[in-house]
Amino acid sequence: MKQRYSIFSLVRNALNYHADWQEAWRSPDPKPAYDVIIIGGGGHGLATAYYLAKEHGITNVAILEKGWIGGGNTGRNTTIVRSNYLWDESAHLYEHALKLWEGLSQDLNYNVMFSQRGIMNLAHTVHDMQALRRRVYAIQLNGIDSEILTPAQIKELVPMLDCSPNARYPIMGASFQRRGGTARHDAVAWGYARGADERGVDIIQNCEVTGFKIVNGTVQGVETTRGFIGAKKVGVVVAGHSGVIAGMAGFRLPLESHPLQALVSEPIKPILDTVVMSPQVHVYVSQSDKGELVLGAGIDAFNSYAQAGSPPIVENQLNALCDLFPAFSRLRMMRQWGGIVDTCPDASPIIGKTPVQNLFINCGWGTGGFKATPGSGNVFAHTIARGEPHPLAVPFALERFTTGYLIDEHGAAGVAH
Amino acid sequence: MFLITCPYCGARDEHEFGYGHEAHIVRPTPAEYEQMSDAEWAQYLFMRKNPKGVHFERWVHTKGCRRWFNVARHTVTHEILAVYEMGKPAPQIDTEKK
Ligand SMILES: Cc1cc2nc3c(=O)[nH]c(=O)nc-3n(C[C@H](O)[C@H](O)[C@H](O)COP(=O)(O)OP(=O)(O)OC[C@H]3O[C@@H](n4cnc5c(N)ncnc54)[C@H](O)[C@@H]3O)c2cc1C
Ligand SMILES: [Zn+2]
Repeated sequence: MKQRYSIFSLVRNALNYHADWQEAWRSPDPKPAYDVIIIGGGGHGLATAYYLAKEHGITNVAILEKGWIGGGNTGRNTTIVRSNYLWDESAHLYEHALKLWEGLSQDLNYNVMFSQRGIMNLAHTVHDMQALRRRVYAIQLNGIDSEILTPAQIKELVPMLDCSPNARYPIMGASFQRRGGTARHDAVAWGYARGADERGVDIIQNCEVTGFKIVNGTVQGVETTRGFIGAKKVGVVVAGHSGVIAGMAGFRLPLESHPLQALVSEPIKPILDTVVMSPQVHVYVSQSDKGELVLGAGIDAFNSYAQAGSPPIVENQLNALCDLFPAFSRLRMMRQWGGIVDTCPDASPIIGKTPVQNLFINCGWGTGGFKATPGSGNVFAHTIARGEPHPLAVPFALERFTTGYLIDEHGAAGVAH
Repeated sequence: MFLITCPYCGARDEHEFGYGHEAHIVRPTPAEYEQMSDAEWAQYLFMRKNPKGVHFERWVHTKGCRRWFNVARHTVTHEILAVYEMGKPAPQIDTEKK
């Protein structure tokens, strides 16, 4: 049993100079075989293992992570959480995730610092406003909170924003989802890891999957840098490396891997208590609890696995930031980094079966999968446990590229992670 | 950021160029696509190699001569290993060494 985290455990451990905290998860050696192996120890993989154990009673599970858990896109993203997607299929999936976020810290007994500070999407042209209205009304029809703000309301919420009609890109309005916001990315990985470990899941770091054993079209296990490990079922949740893993199993995916980067500024006093995005001027920004501005924009156009974004993207997003918030031109940027995102032609994820029996995949979240972490893990666990897709995952099967049933969320993704 | 040597203009900064994704994807002929299954169409339309290693891809010199050409580029180091004209076959590249 894990010790409960609470204000009392914090005080008690503070009196011991924090020397006696129990380990949050074990680091076991791999067993020869498991019922389920999850490849990829990002938030989605960890959540999948957690829900396999918690909701489906499958505890003979290993998570194989080539580096350290949360070291991929989970620990590199700008943590925007929202469910304001246009199409019904996506709206239901992301709203499922948002509902789980709302109880996640309690469920995990781990503070994931989920902060529903609202998320604002700016419109700068008549066309933007028309597209925004269409989106907001569609979202409302799905029973998801979404509203339209006037420039005056925007100014009241974000006084630092240049809302003057003389601005280079005048602000004509915005959509606003009050239940959206941010969360602490590392805490999400660690919280799920601790919860999965508590239920018997083996978290094995520094263990890279290098191949599959497939007999008669059915997966039997994985080759790793720590030897062969057998498995009845395997779930692949490796984001930017999905194409590489699919190649090992002998099939292709409709994905491209691209760098997506982010920046943080020096910490400043509280100045921005919501998330502001501008798909047109192309930047988005929020303020972390430490006071740093966290900002990002688009991907590099070319395929890459280099985990570093290129300078022209930085320049464009900083220009955009200074256009929207002239006062921020005084700030210094402290750190910049990149992650490799798996972009899909319709900007929607792929969840479900693969051409290989008992091998399941969850990928294609591209620039916007952090927000889906709890929902993604939840529906993927169901899919693996039952061998059939969760109802919410059905439309997201790989087959949609054959049937033509694409879920085109480009309008919702793009800059709006 | 990298320099791309346009076969027509010479070495220029990456952001003068537009990216055209995977090269050498051959569009089926009308005779072929009468026979093709939906799954085969999906392979042509959507499925990509997306290698971690040498990638054969198309670029266009948007802010220069506006001509298209092919590039062999390593997707981890970004090293450009070959630049060649549209319509030419992909060059042999020793991927082991890279
Ligand atoms: C800069 C940036 C900003 C972003 N901003 C947002 C945002 O604001 N909101 C949002 O919703 N989303 C955002 N995203 C996207 C989001 O981060 C991802 O969609 C999400 O975190 C994917 O989670 P994951 O668990 O699938 O992948 P990851 O966290 O990348 O985990 C995959 C893991 O698989 C491991 N792996 C790969 N190959 C192997 C192998 N062969 N063997 C073993 N392990 C392997 C990797 O090491 C990695 O740890 C952003 C991404 C980036 C890069
Ligand atoms: Zn040229």
